[in-house]
Amino acid sequence: MDKYMETKKRNQAYNRYVQAKIPKTKAWPSLFNSFLVGGIICCIGQGINDLILLAFPNMSEQSAWAFTLIALIFIASFLTGIGVYDKIGKFAGGGSIVPITGFSNSITSPAVEFKHEGIIYGICVKMFTISGPVIVCGVVASFIVGIVYLFI
Amino acid sequence: MYYLWVFLIGGFICMLGQVLIIYTNITSARILVTFELIGVLLQAFGLFDAISEFARAGINVPIVGFGASLAKGAMSAVKSKGLLGAFTGGLEATAGGLAAAIFFAFLFSLIFKSRTKN
Repeated sequence: MDKYMETKKRNQAYNRYVQAKIPKTKAWPSLFNSFLVGGIICCIGQGINDLILLAFPNMSEQSAWAFTLIALIFIASFLTGIGVYDKIGKFAGGGSIVPITGFSNSITSPAVEFKHEGIIYGICVKMFTISGPVIVCGVVASFIVGIVYLFI
Repeated sequence: MYYLWVFLIGGFICMLGQVLIIYTNITSARILVTFELIGVLLQAFGLFDAISEFARAGINVPIVGFGASLAKGAMSAVKSKGLLGAFTGGLEATAGGLAAAIFFAFLFSLIFKSRTKN
């Protein structure tokens, strides 16, 4: 029993320590920043989409969106590689995570970081440490939707 | 000017993500999953196309659009292929984005070195 109390006390002390160490985000400025950056990223996406439709008027809307997302993913991946996206992320918070560029960043970032562990065990294995859940949950959810749609 | 709508709606969705960060301290992986599942639900209940009509990139660029195209792919594949479509549809519709993300990540991780974070 004594040992149990001791562990509990230690955990509480540790939690207090963690709470003190977590960087406090100021609520209002960070909300504004995420709004601004998120909106700008979406506008860039719309701009790319309009340019693609202008250059290839025969393209279907769906393919145009696919190319738009691929272009955004390319840009975000490149910016992550040269270390600029992290700086944007520090400023924007959710504004840099929620768009598809955040998904791209979450794949490229660990891949670059664990490069020194080798191509297979570094890049290929660690690539999905953050974005793995996104793919798994997405596939599972889409499968469930498909099955439900099959029976109604 | 529909760019204003794109900006406002896209910004609002991203701000919701920031609200989640501030009040629940959840990690970026959970944020991505949450918004993706919202997209899947919006598409499953048939609301996504109506929103996408005027929000355009405002809802297609956030990961909500990724979730929606997963669900949309599964639904349209079920219509044309039956049970097999439930397996193939979701990934088929998002294959472009996924392959691009994986390829560019691999390419740039070979080219660039990691920086020490301060």
